[in-house]
Amino acid sequence: MQVKVFVTPRKGILDPQGRTVEHALASLGFAGVSEVKIGRYITLNIDAKTPDEARAAASKMCEQLLANPNIEDFRFEIEGGA
Amino acid sequence: MKWGVIRFPGSLDDFDAVYGLRDVLGQDVTALWHKDESLQGAECIVLPGGFSYGDHLRCGAIARFSPIMKSVAKFAADGGLVIGICNGFQILTEAHLLPGALTRNRTLSFICDRVHLRVENAKTPFTCTTRAGDILAMPIKHGEGCYVAPEKELLQMEERGQIVLRYVDAKGDATDAANPNGSMRSIAGVANERFNVFGLMPHPEHALEAMLFGADGRKIFESIIAFQSVPEHRGQMRAGAK
Repeated sequence: MQVKVFVTPRKGILDPQGRTVEHALASLGFAGVSEVKIGRYITLNIDAKTPDEARAAASKMCEQLLANPNIEDFRFEIEGGA
Repeated sequence: MKWGVIRFPGSLDDFDAVYGLRDVLGQDVTALWHKDESLQGAECIVLPGGFSYGDHLRCGAIARFSPIMKSVAKFAADGGLVIGICNGFQILTEAHLLPGALTRNRTLSFICDRVHLRVENAKTPFTCTTRAGDILAMPIKHGEGCYVAPEKELLQMEERGQIVLRYVDAKGDATDAANPNGSMRSIAGVANERFNVFGLMPHPEHALEAMLFGADGRKIFESIIAFQSVPEHRGQMRAGAK
């Protein structure tokens, strides 16, 4: 099964990359753009019997390593399998 | 006093830390490999600067799972002294041995500069030879030094005195212009609740000799040595060192 993990800066945490891109978009003429946030997209394959098993493993991976709970939020999607 | 400097793949200030402690300060220093588990009787552990594991994923995120970090966590839990400099600070936050996190500098650029720091709490093992309000000059060199923590936690840290060093200007004011990386509340160095673990982005090990940069960094290491020279303190640490 494939796990797609989305890690994003937590609301309220300064995201200088997002802010810089927001300014760049404005200077290109894209009006009304706000709240640009830049995160990380991680894909991985996992041997799991059921989507629930994959989900449980992915959740642990995010908490322990893939995201820093102090500054980031995460969500993931499971694809393939039953 | 016995020191252990941990060498991770990608560490690069480990040599300066070993040199400074051994050759400048006359200490007994052992370089510890990250795959080992023994701290070899060290009374203070130094996590040096650098780019452990290439800073992949997040700075310090991989290094915290090195085998030696289990021993460091136990050592810290037993009251042992641990200091993390720059990448070492990042590793300590990732390992949850220190609160908060270090994120990209607000300028998005790598900064190599000389900064002034104000001692906010001089009653820690890492600052006990200074006085509150003292200004120390040290170099910084980092891309991810912007200290962040939830506002509620920052308030508690302020109350407990865990904010040990702040970026200030030459006059000692914590102005926005003197904050090189956008750190919340101009935070440059923090301690844990028990004050035996300390992390800072500036480099005291690069500021030990007047002819090279200035010797204000000595005050950090001399504080640790002074603290550890008190027999009761040493007894506590010995119980922790393995």
